[in-house]
Amino acid sequence: MTTSHSRRNFLKMGMAGASVLPFLRAMPAAAQGSDTLVIVTGQTINSLDLHRTGTNRPSYQVAVNCYDRLVSFGTKEAPGGGLSYDYDTIVPELAESWTVSDDGMTLTFKLKSNATFWDGSKVTAEDVKWSFERAVSVGGFPSVQMRAGGFLRPDQFAAIDEETFQITLDKPSKLSIPDLAVPVPFIINSTVAKANATEDDPWAMEYLHTTPAGSGAFKVLRWSPGEQLVYERNDDWVGGPLPAAQRVVVREVPSPATRRALIERGDVQMSFGIPDKDAAELAELDDVDVFSTPIENCMHCLCTNTQFEPFQDADVRKAVAYAVPYDDIFQAAAYGRGAPLWGGEAEITDTAWPRKTQYSTDLDKAKEHMAKSGYPDGFDVPLSINLGLASWMEPTALLIQENLAKIGINATIEKIPGANWRTAALVEKRLALHLENFGGWLNTPDYYFFWAYVEGNLFNSSNYRNDEVEALVEATLHMPVEDPAYAPNVIRMMEIALEDLPRIPLYQPALNVAANGSEGYEFWFHRQLDARPLAKV
Amino acid sequence: MASPSYPRLRAVLLRVAQSIPVVIGVVIISFLLTRALPGDPAVYFAGAAADEASIQEVRVALGLDKPLIQQFFIYVGDLLRGDLGQSISSGQSVASDLANRLPASLELTLTALILSCGIAIPLGILAATRPGSWVDHLCRVLVTAGVSLPTFFTGIVLIYVFYYLLGIAPSPIGRLDFIYLDPDRVTGFYLIDAALMGDWETWGGAAKQLVLPAITLALFTLAPIARMTRAAMLTALSSDFIRTARAAGLSNRKVLYGYAFRNAMLPVITTLGMVFSFALGANVLVEKVFAWPGIGSYAVEALVVSDYAAVQGFVLAMALLFVALNLVIDLLYTVIDPRIGFTSK
Repeated sequence: MTTSHSRRNFLKMGMAGASVLPFLRAMPAAAQGSDTLVIVTGQTINSLDLHRTGTNRPSYQVAVNCYDRLVSFGTKEAPGGGLSYDYDTIVPELAESWTVSDDGMTLTFKLKSNATFWDGSKVTAEDVKWSFERAVSVGGFPSVQMRAGGFLRPDQFAAIDEETFQITLDKPSKLSIPDLAVPVPFIINSTVAKANATEDDPWAMEYLHTTPAGSGAFKVLRWSPGEQLVYERNDDWVGGPLPAAQRVVVREVPSPATRRALIERGDVQMSFGIPDKDAAELAELDDVDVFSTPIENCMHCLCTNTQFEPFQDADVRKAVAYAVPYDDIFQAAAYGRGAPLWGGEAEITDTAWPRKTQYSTDLDKAKEHMAKSGYPDGFDVPLSINLGLASWMEPTALLIQENLAKIGINATIEKIPGANWRTAALVEKRLALHLENFGGWLNTPDYYFFWAYVEGNLFNSSNYRNDEVEALVEATLHMPVEDPAYAPNVIRMMEIALEDLPRIPLYQPALNVAANGSEGYEFWFHRQLDARPLAKV
Repeated sequence: MASPSYPRLRAVLLRVAQSIPVVIGVVIISFLLTRALPGDPAVYFAGAAADEASIQEVRVALGLDKPLIQQFFIYVGDLLRGDLGQSISSGQSVASDLANRLPASLELTLTALILSCGIAIPLGILAATRPGSWVDHLCRVLVTAGVSLPTFFTGIVLIYVFYYLLGIAPSPIGRLDFIYLDPDRVTGFYLIDAALMGDWETWGGAAKQLVLPAITLALFTLAPIARMTRAAMLTALSSDFIRTARAAGLSNRKVLYGYAFRNAMLPVITTLGMVFSFALGANVLVEKVFAWPGIGSYAVEALVVSDYAAVQGFVLAMALLFVALNLVIDLLYTVIDPRIGFTSK
């Protein structure tokens, strides 16, 4: 979207009152009133197309706000106040209804007949088919995420008629329908996209990068990369309840101190993704509402790499787990935001994950385990942290280093630049002792285990391998949670993982959002802004 | 007839020609240095969940699978066609990023410099004419404070006092409050563009946003200018030609501004050139605090994620800017002091 073009739209759409005031090019006072929300964030949106290579995480919010998926998740009360998406409830977005065949291999979706794109054209099954083919074909993260739901190839998608869309799976999976509600499989106006596709660019990546073409609740009014994104409500939206805000301005303010001043003064209605420290302090204020939602299926962990010889000794791993100063870390690194993951019962009776482990800080026990181990005199080990996440990793590492010294383990902190981290920690998996923060979008324990405890998978940065865990994950990953075998299997894998400790859970981090003059905030697993339910108060 | 301007024009062209090797050097060094940055951009931009195949796709798309020397020639070829490449982190072409962000930084830096010259030069002159007086002490305090307070600190204090406590400054959220629309783009300087449109509402909005960051940066740049003015004025005032002028009975004013100040201006201009360059660098922190979409924060972010094209484009733009700046300063010398000529070289 070029600047001049969007300006014209802006004047045309939002400023009916402006024509009366020929000299005032500023928005009329009414526009600043109850229907415009201003939200500040420290992150930069670098593309309006999630499927494009190089699109960063903050940009996913465009896929959420401007595009629709077939289905979405419901809403529930969040722990720690506010609302949260509800993984267990699937609600319609563009699909009116859907059926799953008896063998679980064929999913048939009936589209809402009144659903239209912003240009007025009808949303058809062809659009859905094209969009899904795009998501599985472009490679990179979108295709990886599609694969998690069992969507691998374009030939799995079929448009039966204008309003009926069908997916054929290779095998039934409980992850398939939830994976259609994540931001990736969003539905694009394929007529517009194809008109702007070229031979080199069959998926119209260049065009959709700057010009969204969707049917979602908001249109992009203007986008100045590095500055702001302005959403304008799509009054014809049929995907859900019409947003209360006519216009939402997402302004990028890099300095957390400035963001804090803005939200405290009430000049902006929401500050998205604030540091834990600010969240703890702002929560004390009367007029600012702070939502600190523990991020589902996510843990901050201390990982012990099995390729490092001392960590092959079970007693050493337990000694480390008992030496970690959990509460100090939770207070110093997270300012008490999130959820503790220590000091629980050893016996596991439910499938909740992340869960409190049976470990807590106990230096005597740690010393006992060290004495029993093959390394009673301790050893030297590098403790690696990601400089890009230094705000929690650095204090955490220092506290761990201090306590490890008390049981004879001499840890030296190794700081790795953010650009190198992935290669060192996740691809080469060569970091002996390190901090890690994987979180799974699909909220089932087996999905977490698939990524973090199965040999060779990306987030298993400890090179962990346990034949029983491999078999259990294989068996449960696509099994419906209602299956009688599901809960025992999941409990068994948790028991093994917490006994073997390739990852020592520290705490469950929180996503912090401060609101001052807005309501309706809802937490999402993708940790980006969903502007649709927000309203000014 | 053209003789008075002809040697100067020739000198300018000579100067420009001399800067060509510098620019070539900058192109080579910036290319090599960015390649030496730690980290693999293909891995970074493929995203955390990407697999080996998709990383390879990204690598090919970025042209990073080719040998270094070939990458270099592709880069130079693109440069010659005026194509600075595509920034991966911002998703825009580097040329358009620079065109958007450079004016923002320049507007801020120039406003700050004008402000700081407006304070520092009179202050330096006053301090030099009355050494040891309260003006001199004030000058010293201001200079010490200005140089010892880091800009992000001054910025946050100013926001705290004038925005948070007093509420007289506008929200520090960038170049324009969200209620205004950007003025039509001519120069990219909001103050100039808004004035060209005759849109004084927006002009006022842009000016208001500029006040606090400009003061922050001005406080920082005050010190060297004031110190240099004072020192240069003291030297000039104690020289023989001033004594002669005073003995000849010239008015105090004429002596001070006609002779002493004009001679003192040379080192001041030199300092100004240096201050301008480090102010553009120091901008980064001011930009972060005031959410100013400038070039400094752009370069830092690009550097962190190994965004080669953006870093190279930034370095090149800065190099060209400094070549131009040096040229302007050299020309100013000849205007101020006719004894300095190009012909002597």
